[in-house]
Amino acid sequence: MRAAALRAPLGTRAVLMLVALTYVGVMLLLPLGAVLFEALRKGIGLWWAAISDPDARSAIRLTLIVAAISVPLNTVFGVAAAWAISKYNFAGKGLLVALIELPFSVSPVVSGLVFVMLFGANGWFGPWLEDQDIQIVFALPGLVLATVFVTFPYVARQLIPLMTVQGRAEEEAALTLGASGWRTFLRVTLPNIRFGLLYGVLLCNARAMGEFGAVSVVSGHIRGETNTMPLHVEVLYNDYNFVAAFSVASLLALLALVTLALKSALEWRYRAELEARR
Amino acid sequence: MGIKIERVSKRFSDYPALDGVSLEIAGGEFVALLGPSGSGKTTLLRILAGLEIPESGRVFFGDRDVTDTPAAKRGIGFVFQHYALFGHMTVAQNIAFGLSVMPRRQRPSTSEIKRRVEHLLGLVQLPGLGERYPSQLSGGQRQRVALARALAREPEILLLDEPFGALDAKVRRELRGALRTIHEELGVTSVFVTHDQEEAFALADRVAILNAGRIEQFATAGAIKVHPATDFVREFITE
Repeated sequence: MRAAALRAPLGTRAVLMLVALTYVGVMLLLPLGAVLFEALRKGIGLWWAAISDPDARSAIRLTLIVAAISVPLNTVFGVAAAWAISKYNFAGKGLLVALIELPFSVSPVVSGLVFVMLFGANGWFGPWLEDQDIQIVFALPGLVLATVFVTFPYVARQLIPLMTVQGRAEEEAALTLGASGWRTFLRVTLPNIRFGLLYGVLLCNARAMGEFGAVSVVSGHIRGETNTMPLHVEVLYNDYNFVAAFSVASLLALLALVTLALKSALEWRYRAELEARR
Repeated sequence: MGIKIERVSKRFSDYPALDGVSLEIAGGEFVALLGPSGSGKTTLLRILAGLEIPESGRVFFGDRDVTDTPAAKRGIGFVFQHYALFGHMTVAQNIAFGLSVMPRRQRPSTSEIKRRVEHLLGLVQLPGLGERYPSQLSGGQRQRVALARALAREPEILLLDEPFGALDAKVRRELRGALRTIHEELGVTSVFVTHDQEEAFALADRVAILNAGRIEQFATAGAIKVHPATDFVREFITE
């Protein structure tokens, strides 16, 4: 009955679909296509030359390292936070949920500046760090800190609603069956959240590799040393080296497509199980 | 194995869920905790399971003080109202769970676990359904699986929280009969929570009637009907 009530006249449906498709086409597909087109305009040889340039190589390597550190950190934290928030009641729970979302509402530039203020040469801990000969800002630790801050909510946000709906019954069942807390987590909780977790990790990774604002502030833009891929794109663009800029950008665009494809492949691979659990 | 509850109290934020409850259950007995919602019956059952911690009072299984023993080490079987089966595991894996998480030295061999699962599936009258997933079973079948899973480690105490609450009348009657039979066969001590007095009186050896965190009367169905101990009991059973 509801479906019938919701059925719009054919004309309305056609217009709605046209609007949606046009919007997606102009706002999403066109830019993506333009990146790939510009990257390959002068031929695959120049594309390859641009991404195998030593500075580009260094930027790719740095981006991978930063993601390889910050994504696991935020995964572990995200699971722990979601577990605590969804399975237990404690004072300050609402505050914790609000804080987890903070990075979504703070401009990335501000996030970057905070770390410069804390750990920069003139920052709160700057002189002490200098005495210990530890460099955080304009070096890898700063890049990781800024990325962790910005991608902080992705895994936790994905899991909190999921785990809240699932409740505690299955964990309690496992406990009464003699399973330890850790075993309960591995054999009951983790399998129940694996798709949400995987999706959260994919999004977190995509954002970690693509982050520009916060990373830009703490990086210092030292070519071949502290430039990540998005920063390297900007540097090349500012040098009027458009083909090279778009070539590196195309790798980032490719990352988005791979993320999407992985997610779809997972949903397809486990469709029977997803269906059965509904 | 007998159960002894001594002056157990528990509060939730500001209202007392249990107010100095004492109860002694004999080994092999089948006891119902009966009462309106909010009377504390489920809280009491969860305290027996170790899923809730009492603020004061002690709980004994036989001579063993289990008040501070975590749920995983109490050696009980627990059946939940909404089954709480593991959705990503088959029926057989669900039933085998308690055995498969045992420390390696105590854990039965794979073939022994398989044999035990088959036996339990027979006991709850679901032979041959081991390869199914819980989502492919009816409510009554799921609760039978939950019962088999709770019995896998051969607990001496079986705790059931509104085990028939989510089932329709016909399935409920069938399952009641099955539960009573299994109770007799295994000689376990069973405690189940219900708000359905007909069910409590039909199934249990003795019934504890709870109200506002206290036990109003603990006696056989016959004794409660003939001599209700308090006005609350009288009103509750004539409703």
